[in-house]
Amino acid sequence: MKFNLSKTVLNLPPSGIRVFFDIVLGMKDVVSLGVGEPDFPTPWHIRETAIHSIEAGDTSYTSNMGYFALRRVLGKHLKQKFSLTYNPDKEILITVGVSEAMDLVMRAILNPGDKVLMVEPHYVSYPAVVTLAGGIPVAIKTKKENSFKLKPTDIEKYVDKKTKAILLNYPCNPTGTSYSKAELIALAKIINKHDLLVISDEIYDMLSYNYKHTMFATLPGMKKRTIYLNGFSKGYAMTGFRIGYACGPEQIIDAMNRIHQYTILCAPITGQKAAIEALEHGEKEALKMAKEYNRRRRFVVNRLNEIGLNCHVPEGAFYAFPSIENTKYSSMEFSMQLLEKEKVAVVPGTAFGESCEGFIRISYASSMENLQEAMLRIEHFLKKN
Amino acid sequence: MKELLEILENNAKLTPKEISLMLGKDEKSVIKEIKKYEDKGIILKYKAVINQEALGQSQEVRALIEVQVSPQRGGFDSIAERIYRFPEVKSCYLLSGGFDLLLIVEGKDIHDVAKFVSEKLSCIEHVRGTVTHFILKKYKEDGEILKVKEKDKRLSVTP
Repeated sequence: MKFNLSKTVLNLPPSGIRVFFDIVLGMKDVVSLGVGEPDFPTPWHIRETAIHSIEAGDTSYTSNMGYFALRRVLGKHLKQKFSLTYNPDKEILITVGVSEAMDLVMRAILNPGDKVLMVEPHYVSYPAVVTLAGGIPVAIKTKKENSFKLKPTDIEKYVDKKTKAILLNYPCNPTGTSYSKAELIALAKIINKHDLLVISDEIYDMLSYNYKHTMFATLPGMKKRTIYLNGFSKGYAMTGFRIGYACGPEQIIDAMNRIHQYTILCAPITGQKAAIEALEHGEKEALKMAKEYNRRRRFVVNRLNEIGLNCHVPEGAFYAFPSIENTKYSSMEFSMQLLEKEKVAVVPGTAFGESCEGFIRISYASSMENLQEAMLRIEHFLKKN
Repeated sequence: MKELLEILENNAKLTPKEISLMLGKDEKSVIKEIKKYEDKGIILKYKAVINQEALGQSQEVRALIEVQVSPQRGGFDSIAERIYRFPEVKSCYLLSGGFDLLLIVEGKDIHDVAKFVSEKLSCIEHVRGTVTHFILKKYKEDGEILKVKEKDKRLSVTP
């Protein structure tokens, strides 16, 4: 039977990650440095809360905007942490992960032909989500020499009349790049000048090692134009619970909710209840995990530079983005050969943008034992090839 | 460097170089610090943590023994020392509450432990009474859950 499917969907490029995943799946004993989620299970007190909630019979729908107690606790948390007030009633929306929030915001703000600036290397989904919403993704290519940081002059270079919004992600997946408050203020000035909307994906904010994390919406003139996205997946190791949130101007949140109420209805209640426990009592365990990631970060980055894979120091998240220019391989070739010969999985840089040829992403969300072993195997691979 | 102790307590096989990378410090000062702790007896020893449960049948038997002692001039230290010098006594604690000393004693089998209690422990001057509890199964010890480590359940490559 012939299907006349959506052209937009058919024209989406296949995910660079997906291709690799399918290959790794068929192999045994692979040390994978390609995992984009914490290697810690969700702290027990949060799991225990979720279990108890199910036993207590909390299994129904919540309100579309999200379980009110969670929104209230979240509002209080943001006020305490960042001195920023969001009305839990109208300015906070609980979503199925940041992924859903990202999809909703694009569909809510974009008209056909609107452009969205994004920083390359970027998270795999960003261009696809913009395209599916009828917008045009514009990738601003950053350089290794600047630690892949976005500069105000970059925005000036790429912005035009059709630019509706800029999408920021810091700390960044895949580069681990983050910014000082001063650097962000400089970006905010240009954004203000061009009257852009800002979508700020700060999912790795609890894993910021070099800077005290600055929430973008706290900067001068930014709250009224920023949709702040965050969640519980990375900082609290709750990836499978699928809970994220968006905070922003009432009009935008309302528009997002209009889509959300028809397509998803609400985020899972179990995850939402668990999220309250995370916010109220999760800081101690979260700090422990962050400390452990930081140790691994230092170890991995040093070892990579030692063995000749030149790597800038990532300021956050749990990724390193070393260059493989000292080898004879392309990103894909390097990754495939490394997998075949040493059974170590990394992600080719090209999965994160065209300009990322010559890089690979290494995730250090893995035990020290695995990281030690993987570094030895990569070293061995480089010596022999 | 309290963090140094934390790291070594979890994995004593890490080299000073690796530890120095993890902590962002230089290798020389890490080596110096480790030596200082060893000399002061803060790091007593380096051991492998063995999961006896996983060994199966030929395990030793362990018992928790509550010991009541009669009060002594100078406190409990000298009695405790007379007790813990026995190699069968693996742990010895002074406790608040209903009894005085808590011992963990190891023997080949139940009879072995019972023999130790009746022929050696109870005979010590100032030991007034003992209550012996045999450990049937160990679930968790010193922060380690005694289960074979689960395989990584995550998908091997994710964005």
